[in-house]
Amino acid sequence: MKPAPFVHHAPRTVEEAVAVLAQVGPDGKVLAGGQSLVPVLNMRLASPGHLVDVNGVAGLDTVEVTAEHVRVGALVRHAGLERHDGAAAALPLLRQAVRHVAHPAIRTRGTTVGSLAHADPAGEMPAVAVLTGAVLEVTGPRGTREVAADGFFLGPLETVLEADELVVAVRFGRLPAGTRTGFAESARRSGDYALAGVALAVSTDGNTVTGARASFVSVTPVPDVLVLTPVLAGARVGALPLDAVTEAVRAHVDPESDIHAGADYRRMLAAELTVRSLVSTTTGVREGAA
Amino acid sequence: MGEKVQRREDPRLLTGNGRYLDDLGRGALQAAFVRSPHAHARIVDIDIADAWELDGVEAIYTWEDLPGRVAEPLPVLIPHPAMTHARTGYCLARDEVNHVGEAVVMVVARDRYVAEDACARITVQYDTLPAVVGVARARDGDRLVHDDVPGNVAANLRQEVGDVDTAMAAAPHTLTLELAIERSACMPMEGKGVFARWDADDGSLRLYSSTQTSTGVRAAVAAKLELPLAKVEVVTPDVGGGFGVKIVHPWPEEVLVPWAARNLGRDVKWTEDRREHFVSSAHERGQLQEVTVGFDDDGRLLALDVHFWHDNGAYTPYGIIVPIITATQLLGPYKPGAYRVEFWSLYTNTVLVTPYRGAGRPQGCYAMERTMDAIAEHRGLDRAEVRSRNFIQPDEMPWDHGLMFQDGRPLKYDSGDFPASLAKLKALVGWDDFAAYREQAAREGRRVGLGIGCYVEGTGVGPYEGGHVQVETSGRVNVATGLTTQGQGHQTILAQIVADELGVPFDDVHVTTGDTRRMAYAVGTFASRGAVMSGNAVALAARVVRAKALRIAAEALEVSPDDLDIADGVVSVKGAPGTSIALKTVAVMSNPLRYAFDASAAAATQFAGTFDPDTPPVGDDDEPGLEGQDFYSPTQATFANGMHAAVVETDPVTAEIRILRYCVVHDCGVMVNPMIVEGQVHGGVAQGVGGALYERMVYDEGGQLLNASFMDFLMPYASEVPHIETDHLETPSPLNPLGIKGAGEAGTIPVSAVIASAIEDAEGFPIRSMPISPAELWELRRRHAASDPHPVPVQEDPR
Repeated sequence: MKPAPFVHHAPRTVEEAVAVLAQVGPDGKVLAGGQSLVPVLNMRLASPGHLVDVNGVAGLDTVEVTAEHVRVGALVRHAGLERHDGAAAALPLLRQAVRHVAHPAIRTRGTTVGSLAHADPAGEMPAVAVLTGAVLEVTGPRGTREVAADGFFLGPLETVLEADELVVAVRFGRLPAGTRTGFAESARRSGDYALAGVALAVSTDGNTVTGARASFVSVTPVPDVLVLTPVLAGARVGALPLDAVTEAVRAHVDPESDIHAGADYRRMLAAELTVRSLVSTTTGVREGAA
Repeated sequence: MGEKVQRREDPRLLTGNGRYLDDLGRGALQAAFVRSPHAHARIVDIDIADAWELDGVEAIYTWEDLPGRVAEPLPVLIPHPAMTHARTGYCLARDEVNHVGEAVVMVVARDRYVAEDACARITVQYDTLPAVVGVARARDGDRLVHDDVPGNVAANLRQEVGDVDTAMAAAPHTLTLELAIERSACMPMEGKGVFARWDADDGSLRLYSSTQTSTGVRAAVAAKLELPLAKVEVVTPDVGGGFGVKIVHPWPEEVLVPWAARNLGRDVKWTEDRREHFVSSAHERGQLQEVTVGFDDDGRLLALDVHFWHDNGAYTPYGIIVPIITATQLLGPYKPGAYRVEFWSLYTNTVLVTPYRGAGRPQGCYAMERTMDAIAEHRGLDRAEVRSRNFIQPDEMPWDHGLMFQDGRPLKYDSGDFPASLAKLKALVGWDDFAAYREQAAREGRRVGLGIGCYVEGTGVGPYEGGHVQVETSGRVNVATGLTTQGQGHQTILAQIVADELGVPFDDVHVTTGDTRRMAYAVGTFASRGAVMSGNAVALAARVVRAKALRIAAEALEVSPDDLDIADGVVSVKGAPGTSIALKTVAVMSNPLRYAFDASAAAATQFAGTFDPDTPPVGDDDEPGLEGQDFYSPTQATFANGMHAAVVETDPVTAEIRILRYCVVHDCGVMVNPMIVEGQVHGGVAQGVGGALYERMVYDEGGQLLNASFMDFLMPYASEVPHIETDHLETPSPLNPLGIKGAGEAGTIPVSAVIASAIEDAEGFPIRSMPISPAELWELRRRHAASDPHPVPVQEDPR
C-alpha cells in the first residue's frame, strides 16, 4: 500500500497554491490534513500526479468569532475547533458535532474545511455547514468567490469546486439567541462513519417550540435541511408530536444499504436519533444516543 | 511462581523500542506481489515488459522462473487419513488461481514504492471461472473449486461413541438446531514479514520471519531451497501478534524471499501490508452446523448427533485441525450420552482457513451452548441448572470421552471442577438475582438479558519443547527455548520459573525465544502451549543445572549435596548460611580453563589450586560449564476450562446491543503469573466480542472480499470491549511437573455463545446465527413480529 509517484508542491501563499493548481489542472489534488486523501493514495484508488500541500501556507490556521459567524480557516484541525472555547460559546453545535468526527488522532490532523471539500455524505461537518447556513470562501485564478453551503454539495464526494480552486475558509453562521442545538449519531464502533446522524436546531419561546430544523449524516446523498417547523411549531416541550417528527424524517432521508446496515434500518435510526435528540435538546435532560 | 510480576518486556515495547520485522533490513531490496483479482480463474498470459522498464526493478518472477522444489506445491503440514483430497497452492500461482489475493507475480525492487509501481504495470490475462463462495454453495457441489475434488470435499470425518441411533430413538425429547457462524480472522497488528540475508561466501542463509515457529520455517525453507539445515538459521524478532495465522509455514513469501536473496546475492525483504493480510493470509470460523439432541425430562443429555460443514477456503496446508477440534471440543464440560459427530471440510474460492485463537472451539462451544439453552427453554428449566446436571463431576476425572483429539491422542480430561467453577460464576454475575434486575430494567423501559457459556480447552499439545539454562561466571542466567513470542510475556514467566527453580534473582534471568541458533529443537507457539510446554521444559532444564551446581558446590564445601540449598544466587549449607559459595563461582569451577582472561577465570586455570592428577579436568560423565538442557514431552494435552456470563442490553427501538457486564471464571491450573493470565483472558474476550458483534468477512458472490480494510472490517476498539470481571479456580494438572494448563486462547472461546445466549434471553426468540449486528437484530425482530403469534412485548418508551 504505497502511493503511485506524484510531485509534491509546497506553496507558501494562497496565491502560489492557486497558481500551482491552475498549472496542473485536474491532475492536482490539495493536501491539507490528508485523513481521507492519503489512504486513497496508498490504496491507489486515486493517483493524482501532483499534490498541492497547503500545510505551509500562512494565515489559514485561525478561528475567528464575530457577531454573525464563526470563521474557520482551511488549516484549522478538527481538534483545534473542538478545543476553541470562543467557537463553542458562539455556536455550541460546532463542538457538539466535531467531537463525533472519527477519533482524536484523526481530529488532530484532519481539517474541518477539508472535510467540507471532501463532501463525504458520512461527514459530520457538512451537515453542520448546511444547518448553520455556512458560506465557503473559495479562491481561484479568477479571484475569490463565496459559495453558500446549501449550493456547495452536488453529490457524494462532489462539489461545485473547480480543480484550480481552494477553499480558504468556512464561515458557519451563528444561530439566533435562544436557539438550542443538538447532535446525535450512531456508528457500529465509536468514531466510525455513522450509520445515521442528525444535527438539530430548535428555537423556543418559553415552553413552546417556535421553529426546528435538522440536517443529516450518512442518510442523504448531500447534506440538506429538513425544516420541522410545520410539524413542531406551537408544540409544548414535553408533549412534542414525536410520531409526526418520525414520519417527517422518514420521508426526508434517502439512505443506501451497505454491508453494515440496510436502508430500512438507517431510515428508522435517523428518525429515532432525531426524536431522541429533539427530546434531549428541548429538555436539556436526556443525552443523545452515542 | 504465582506472583503478579510486572511484564519486563513492556518498557521496551511500550516506548517504541521493539524490533519488529520491518525494523530490520534497512537498505534491503523489497518485494511486492501481483495478486489475483479473481476468485477463480485460469491464467492465460502474463506481460511483464512494461514493468521491466522502471528504474529500480531488480527482478520479476513468475511460476515459470521457479526452480526445483520451489516450483512444487507447498507442503501439507498436517496430513490426516480422513483428508482424502488435500490441496495446496504454489509459491506463485501456476496456471490457476483459487482465491482473490493469491500471489501470481513477484517483483523485487529498490524499495517498496518502485516494487508496487512495477506491479501496477504488469498485465495478467485471466479466463475467469465460476466461484464457489460460502459453505452452502460449496456443499451444493454444483461448482467445483478444484476440478479433481468431487463435491468440494477435502475431508469427511465421522466419530461415534455409543449407539446414537438407539439412544436418540429412546429419548423422551429431541430437538434439532440449525446454526451458522461466520468467518473472522486473527488480524495481528503486525502482518507477516520476511527478511533474508544470503551469505554467498559461506553458502548460508539467515532468515528473519514474523512467525510462530522459527524451527518449522527453518526446516521448511531448507527443504524447499535444498540447503543443509546447518546452513539455515531462522531468527524471530519481536512479533506484533500472531493468534494462529503465523503458525502456518512456509508461507509462499517465506520461500520466495530467501530464494530471491540467494538468486540476486542481495538482502531481500517483504513486509505484508494490511490489504495483503486480508486477502492472502488466513481466516477462520465459518461453519454451518446441525445439532440433534435427545434428552430426558430433567434436561440430561441422552444422545447428541452433530453434523457440520466447515469452510476450509481454497487450500488445506494446515490440514483439518480446526474441524477436528470443533468436533471434539464441542463436548465442553458435559457428558453427552451417546455421541456422533460428522463433518465435511469443504473447499471454497476464498482465503484459506487455518487456526485462529480458539481454533474451532468457539464454533463447537457455540453449537453445544446453543443446544443447552434450547433444552432449558424446552423443559422450562434454569439454564445454569441444565448445564450443571450434565457436568462431568470432579470425582469422575480423568474423564475419557472415547474420541481422538487433534494431537492423535485420546480426548481425556485430566482434571477440573466444573460445579465449583459454575458456583463461582453464578456468584460473580449474580445469577440468582437477575430476575429482579430484569424486572427493574423493564420498569425503566430497558430490555436486558443474561447469557452463559461453558467450555473445556485442550491445551499444551506435544510433541515437545526444550529448555536450555546456562549460568555465566557473572551470575547472569541465560535461558533459551525454541518456541516464539508474540507478546505473551514469555520473557517474564519463563524467568519467574527459572528464578524459582534455580534459586536466583529474577533480574539475573534472561530469556531468548524463537532463535534457532540458541535452540534448534522446538515446535512452536500455538494451542495455548507456551507456558505448559516451555514452562515445564525450562523448569526441567533448571533442575538439571541445580543438580550440577549442588554437586560441584558439595565437592568444594566437602558436604553432601543434600545438605545444600540455593537461594538468591548463593549455594549455602542448610542451617549454616555462613558456609556458602556463590553460584557464579560454581560456574567458574564448572569450566576448567587453560587461559585466564579476568580474575574470576584465573580461579579455573591449571595452576590455580589443587586438583587430582589422576582424574581428567572434565569427568567422564560430565561436561564443562554450568548449564543444562532438558525437554518436556507430554503423553497428551492438559484440559483447562472456563465459564463466562454476560449481561447485555438491547435498545427496544434501534436494537443496538450493549454489553453491560462480562464475567469470567477461568481455571488454567497453577498460574505462573496471575496478571498475565488475566491479560490473556482480557485479550481473548476482546477478540471474542469482535467475533460475536462486529467482525465478519463479507464476500460477494464472485468471491471479492468487500471489507478488506480496517475501515470496514470492524475489530472492536477499547470502547467496544466491556470491563471484564474475572475470578479464578486453580485445579492443577496432574500431567506436568508445574501443574500448569494453557491460558492463551481461553477468553475467546465462549464469547459468541455467551452473547447469543444473552441476546436470546433479552429478546425472547432464538439466535441461531452469529455474529449479529444491530441491523440484523432489528430485522430478526421484524420477522418474529410478523410471524410469531406471541410476539415479544416491546417495552413502552417512557418519553
